[in-house]
This record gives sequence, C-alpha cells and structure tokens, in this order.
Amino acid sequence: MVKYIIKRVLYSIAILLCVSLVLYCLMRLLPMDYIDNNFASQITQGIITQEEIDRIKALYGLSDSIPVGYWKWLTAALQGDLGTSFKYGQPVAKVIADHMWVSFGVAIIAYVFQFIIAIPLGIKAATKQYGAVDYTTSVFAMMGISLPGFFLAILLIRIFAVGLGWFPTGGLFDATATLTPVEKFFDILYHMILPMIAIVIGSIGGLMRHTRTNTLEVLNQDYVRTARAKGLSERTVVYKHVFRNTMVPIVTMTAGIIPSLFGGMMILEQVFALDGIGNIAYSALVIGDIPFVMGYNMFIAILTVIGTLLSDITYMLVDPRIKISK
Amino acid sequence: MAKRKQENLIEQSEAEKVVSPIEPDVAELAESVAPGIGSPTSGFAENAQANVEASVSETEGSVAPVAEETLADRVKVVSPLKLVFKRFFRSRLSVVGLSIFLAVLVFSFLGPVFVPWGESEIDRSESYRIYYSNIRVPTKDEEGNEFDYYTISSNRPESLNAHAPAWTFGYRSNGDKALHVLGTDRDGYDILVRLMYGGRLSLMLSFLVVLTYTVIGVILGGLAGYFGGWVDMVIMRIVDILNCIPSMPILLIVGAIFAGSGLPDGLRIYIMMGALTLLSWPGTCRLVRGQILFLREQEYMVAADALGFGVGRKIFKHLVPNVMPQLIVSMTLGLGGTILTEASLSYLGLGAPKAVASLGQMVSLATQSTTIMEYYVLDWLPAGLIIILAVVAFNFIGDGLRDALDPKMKR
Repeated sequence: MVKYIIKRVLYSIAILLCVSLVLYCLMRLLPMDYIDNNFASQITQGIITQEEIDRIKALYGLSDSIPVGYWKWLTAALQGDLGTSFKYGQPVAKVIADHMWVSFGVAIIAYVFQFIIAIPLGIKAATKQYGAVDYTTSVFAMMGISLPGFFLAILLIRIFAVGLGWFPTGGLFDATATLTPVEKFFDILYHMILPMIAIVIGSIGGLMRHTRTNTLEVLNQDYVRTARAKGLSERTVVYKHVFRNTMVPIVTMTAGIIPSLFGGMMILEQVFALDGIGNIAYSALVIGDIPFVMGYNMFIAILTVIGTLLSDITYMLVDPRIKISK
Repeated sequence: MAKRKQENLIEQSEAEKVVSPIEPDVAELAESVAPGIGSPTSGFAENAQANVEASVSETEGSVAPVAEETLADRVKVVSPLKLVFKRFFRSRLSVVGLSIFLAVLVFSFLGPVFVPWGESEIDRSESYRIYYSNIRVPTKDEEGNEFDYYTISSNRPESLNAHAPAWTFGYRSNGDKALHVLGTDRDGYDILVRLMYGGRLSLMLSFLVVLTYTVIGVILGGLAGYFGGWVDMVIMRIVDILNCIPSMPILLIVGAIFAGSGLPDGLRIYIMMGALTLLSWPGTCRLVRGQILFLREQEYMVAADALGFGVGRKIFKHLVPNVMPQLIVSMTLGLGGTILTEASLSYLGLGAPKAVASLGQMVSLATQSTTIMEYYVLDWLPAGLIIILAVVAFNFIGDGLRDALDPKMKR
C-alpha cells in the first residue's frame, strides 16, 4: 500500500513537470507579451524607446529563451518561489491565497447543499424506478447539466436581482455601507446566495444521476434480496444495506471535486463580479501574466493530481475488495 | 422462452418425420442458427439468443404443407440493432430528446429559407420608421386606471433599426418590407435569423469536433489497448498529462495567441475548435483502451489469431465494433458538452467574429449592458434557450441510447 502510494506520488510529480513545460511553452508563444501590451501606446507616442522596453523585458524575464526561462521558473518554483505576478505586483502564492478563500467559501457551501439535496433524491428515484419521482428528477437533472453556466447566471441575475430586486447583482459585499464584522459576514453570505444557487443547479444533476445509477446497481445485488427475504422492512433495506454500499463510489467521487473547490469558476465569478480566484486568473490570462498563470495552472494541476490520488486511496480504504493490481 | 419453442419445434418435427422428410433439417438448422446469431461481433451475445422467436405458434395448425419452406419463414430473427431501436423508442425521454434535436435541426438548417433577412444583414431603415424605446412604463392616471406607455419618438433618426420590438417591420436594402419576428438586436440584425444561423454553427462545429476527437481517440486507444507495452505506456502518459491540464485556461491562451497572430478573424473559431479537439480525445482513448483490454482476452480473438488475421483487421474490424455501443453513447453526450464549450468561448468573445451569428455571443450581450439585460430580453434569452434545447436533446438521446445499448438491461 505504502509502496503503491509512493510510486503514484513519484509518477504524479513526473506528470506535473510535463504539464508545467507544456504550459510554459504555450505562455511564451503568446505573440504579445505583457510588456508589449502595457507599453504599446507609449512606444507609438515615442515616450519610451525600444531599448528601454527591452530592458524592462529582461527585468521581467521575458527576454530569456524558452528553455532558459523555463529552467529559471522551475528552479525557483521548486524552492517555493512562484515569482511575482506582473498584473497584481505581489507574490503569486500570496495572490492565490488571498483570493482562493472567496471561491472556496462559495463552492463548499454549494457542495454541501448539493450533497444534501442530490443523494436522497437519487436514492428515492432509484427505489421508485420509472415512477413519477424518477422521471421528474431525471428531467430536472438533465436540464441542470445542460444549462450553460453563464446563461444560468444571467438568468438568475435578471430574475432575482434586476427583476425582483431580492438579491444584489454582483460583488462580494456592499462597498458603500460601513458594517460591523458580523454584519459584513452576513452581507457576504447574502451576496453569495445567487452564485451558490448557480453552482448547485449546474452540478446537482451529475451527482443525482450518479447516486441513482449506483443505487440501482446495489438494489440488484443478491444480499439485498437476502435482506428482504429475511423480513427486514423496506426502510431498513434501503437506508441501511443499500445506502452504505451506494456511498462507496460517492465518497470516492468527493475527493475528485477538490480542484473545483479551490480552483474557482472562471465564468461564473466573472458574471457575478466575485473577487474569486477564477476571476483573477481570467484577467491575468487575458493579458499574459506569465508567473501568475503558471502558478495558478500548476495549482489546479496539483489539486487534480491530489484529487485523483485521494479518490483512488479512499476507494481502496472504503472497499476492501479492491486490490492493488500493479 | 425461445429455447422452449425450439424444443417444441424439434418434438413436432420428430412426430411428423414420416409425413414430411424435410422437417428434421429445419430442426437441425434452427438449433445451429440460434448460437450462431449471438456471434461475438454483434456485441449482444447474451440477448441474441432470446431474440430468435420461432414462429411456430402461427403455423402450428398446418405443419409443413409446402416442401420448399425454409427456415426464414418459420423463425423470426430480431437483429440486435432492431432490438436497440425498439428499446430506444420505448423510453419516453429519448423520444422527446430525438424530437427536440430534429426540431432544432430543422429550425437552424431549413429556417433561414423562410426568413427574408440574411445572417449579417443590418436593417438600416431609419427613414421609414419611428423610434420605439421598447421600455414599458406602467402608470396610473388620475381616475386610477392602470395603463402602460411606451416612448415613441418620430423625430429621432437612427442610423440603423436597432432594438426593434418583436413583430415589427423593417426595410431591406432593396426596399422590400420584411418582418422581424423577434425584433432586432443592438446592431440591427434580425434576431430570429441569427438564432437559426447560430444554431447551425453550434451543431456543425460540435459534430465536427466530436467526430474528429472520436476518430483520434479510437485510433490511439485501439493501438494502446491492443499492443500494450511501450505503445500503451507512451499514449497513456500523454493522456495523463492532458487530463491534468485545465482546459479552459488553455483555450483562453490559444485564443490570445490567435489574437496576436494576425490571422483573419473568421478563422479563430476553427482554431479554437481544433484546440478543443486536441484536449478532448483522452476520454475516448481511455474508454476504447479499457474495452479493448477486456475484449482482447475473449475467445473470438483467439479464433481471430488462429485464423491469421492481420493486426489492422483485428483491431478495427473485430475489436472496435464491439466498443461501438459505449462509443456512440459517449459521442452523443460529447455533442452536448461541446456545444456548451463552444457557447462559453463565444460568450467570452473567443468564438466567431461579430458578423457571424453565434449563440454564446448573443447571450453575452446581456452582460455588456444592463439595459439589454433588463429591457431587451429577446436579444439574449432565446439564444440561451436554443443552447439548452440542443444540449438537453443530446443528453436525453445519449441517456436513452445508454439504456438501449446496455446488454444487461432486459426490459
């Protein structure tokens, strides 16, 4: 087991190196780098000369060739220094840490709601397969999966913020009012309601379908028939015997959501004007902020790797029948 | 059930032996055909046997009056394909999905024929019309009667017929009077016709992307699964790397690279879709590889080895067709996903140029101005609905197909 985990970790590190190389090459392929973008007007007006631009580029590490630049980035990153963001003027790790929690806050509450709603509904739909509950949840789950996130967000804003005026249209808190810390906390929660609804509607369908399929599979097992045959009530059968076994794949799936918990939602955060990591990363990407984009994408890639590893390990822990094959 | 009927047939034929000497042959044939139909390439070995419905009951009264009667007359064979169709159409949701898909298809491909406006035709009929603000203001007069009023100013010449209300007329450049069924948007484009062309673009691009990445995935997955060893190693490592790269940032970077490359704007959407294809094949590759690893060990592959078939024939004729059921399902669901990604890219302004209609771009109008979001709902709402309809249709069809193609489902 330990040997397997060590092997997987080493292997993940190799993959992460490849990912970072691909990303760095792509970023450097951008035809207009950050400095060109920033000083485009000054150079046409003649305020600044090309030599000065080149000096600034050297300062930002943009004049190195791709292999040299990558090596510099990699050695620094391995020592824990992700560089300074061009756009935000602060260390990348600090920018990520500052904005991550907004995204995390929205996502974690949304996921809790999602689990609370989706799992009972999925089980209900499976126990009454092809019944009314099954059909309605199927249709709604499908609708949720099929909604484009940005459209859903706009629709929610139009109906509940602009139309009915119940919620603010965007932002994280009311900047005009002076609030005590407690009031501010509730104000932030109030601002997060619409984004959370958008996340829940968008992702609840997948989990519901997943629960339903798994429950159906478990319901067909022999031990369920045995449980029924020995006279247990349907309630005990479903909520004790079936539910536990249904949870196996769902628990492992939970580890897989780690990247989306911390990584933020680029488009949703943008529509709701939330100051989360996704929105920050989007504006950095658009202007070619290499250190930040590298840092952010590696952050996501590492989370993805950890998520997969954790879900494999929990799978083995939860289900003793799984044997390590390699 | 079918087995019992065959037994009936045999008993019967033995009884009639003396009367008609052809009967035992039929019985033998029936026996030999039944397992034959469940040939491995059909992928429904379990079901196929149940599909042979001997039509004995119909002919029971008048057994073998004609000497030339063949097996085909007596045994009704339901092919696995027919069975899949039958099961697919039995599910209500998949029929709904199919109808929505056909409706969207007809709407976007045949629709433009019936609308006089062109895709990038701007309605510039300023001198012929009066200006509607299209903003409803509910008010009350002194007696308390409620009424709505709209601001209409005839002395405000506009260079183009922007934000015309639904069901109003505009004039085309050749002077023809033509109806705007859903009105016009901010730039004077007819919304209805833009919806049709936008839907067409979404459907075509998603079909193109899904087909391409499926072909790549099938080839690479087939090779990895069949050969194993270092081929598998190399391909699966690439898959692992691509899985770790977040796709949205990569697409944004590709969009940015394109913006500075000086290529014509119309090309961007194709480059983006190409990038999306390159990022999407790992899923299919994994699926195909996994299935082939399993199928490789089946008896009929041993038979194929023994018969000395070539590698290409074994992979693409005997292994890949058996992956088809799962592949079709993943392709259908992939179509919906690709439409969503394409719409998101257009929404971010990384899709088709402005003159070309795309649904995501139409929805993005809502975030560009609060007036549009609040008052000109027709500018963006129908576009979003078309996206949802198309994606829902593919998801319903995919779901129905999954149930219909699953050999374990015996309904």
